[in-house]
Amino acid sequence: MTVTDAHGVDQAAQHGGGGTGLPDPMHQFEVKRLIDLDVFGFDASFTNSGLFMVIAAVLIIVFTLLAMRRGALVPGRWQSVAEMSYEFVANMVRENVGTDGMKYFPFIFTLFMFVLALNMLGMVPYSFSVTSHIIVTFALAAFIFIGVTLIGFWKHGLGFLKFFVPSGVPFVMLPLLVVIEVISYLTRPVSLSVRLFANMMAGHTMLKVFASFVVALGFLGGWAALAFMVAFTGLEVLVAFLQAYVFAILTCIYLNDALHMH
Amino acid sequence: MPQLNPLDWAPQLIWLILTFGLLYLLMVWVALPRIGAVIDTRAAHIAADLASADKLRRETEEAIAAYEQALAEAKQKAHVIIDEGRAKLKDETAAERAKLDKKLAARSAEAEARIEKAKVSAMKEVNTVAVDVASDIVRKLIGAAPAKGVLETAVTTARKA
Repeated sequence: MTVTDAHGVDQAAQHGGGGTGLPDPMHQFEVKRLIDLDVFGFDASFTNSGLFMVIAAVLIIVFTLLAMRRGALVPGRWQSVAEMSYEFVANMVRENVGTDGMKYFPFIFTLFMFVLALNMLGMVPYSFSVTSHIIVTFALAAFIFIGVTLIGFWKHGLGFLKFFVPSGVPFVMLPLLVVIEVISYLTRPVSLSVRLFANMMAGHTMLKVFASFVVALGFLGGWAALAFMVAFTGLEVLVAFLQAYVFAILTCIYLNDALHMH
Repeated sequence: MPQLNPLDWAPQLIWLILTFGLLYLLMVWVALPRIGAVIDTRAAHIAADLASADKLRRETEEAIAAYEQALAEAKQKAHVIIDEGRAKLKDETAAERAKLDKKLAARSAEAEARIEKAKVSAMKEVNTVAVDVASDIVRKLIGAAPAKGVLETAVTTARKA
């Protein structure tokens, strides 16, 4: 992570710095192959990205299982947290999709916890932010988009196409509005994935840039950049949670559109 | 931007599918049922506790209602008994008083009769005395006693005047 990445100008080369003398803020996003793997001609190498996905998944599993180990009627601290996250997502699904949406609760829960864990792990120094890669967020968003669209057609048949025809508008305006509706629907996976990816990347780049300023501005000026970094790290933790929440709630809203056509 | 290097996409996608898929399956099969079961058990427990508390409250209310009804009935009964007693007492008193009144009236009537009798005999006495006195006076005045019948008539006439 960026905070402790800034060891000094002399390490700039190691951190991918060019001729500027400052470390390259994008260096942190580089995917490094830890174990080279080739499965049926596909590059399935175990990378630092894959490592942190595994860490996130293991953390979530260990957290939920250890917290619920006793399954006490009066929950302890860890059990409270596990139940709280369960209720949090369950309420989110119930309020935004309705009771018939509880079928998809496990998916939304997994999605929320996975994105949250990846975002939070990205805040740990020297770690890797998986969600700052557009391919990961886009894969998730595309899966959600395709899945939600299939659910819509499966539920309403061809009647789902009426979703793109706004009600109560003049007949003349319809062709234009239908085109706009379709375009706005098709941009959903793009906006969903770019929102998460851009937030994570921008925050981490910003931290890295200011971390390099801490050293570059010297003993006197560096404190200002350091103070900013401390405050900004707090903000980034908030963003990490908020973006996971937004990702999950937008999934709920898209799901609600598919199930109830509104 | 390292994110736009297509060579890095395949390994990320493959590991994303692997980890997310496995995580999803473990959540569905193990973790979520466990959390859900605990929450449901607690909800059921709380609902049962609330139901039994409600039942007890209703029983208490019933007991209170029964007690109040019994109290009201007892009060009413007490009133009836008091009223009956009072009426009986009133009747008895009235009867007693009537009896006493009759007795007193009889006695006073008797006394009045006696007084009347005494008065009449006293009056008779007065006449006899008056005739005797008049006879004595006349004898002293003229030396001869008048006839008794004449005297009596004279005394009666004088008293009437």
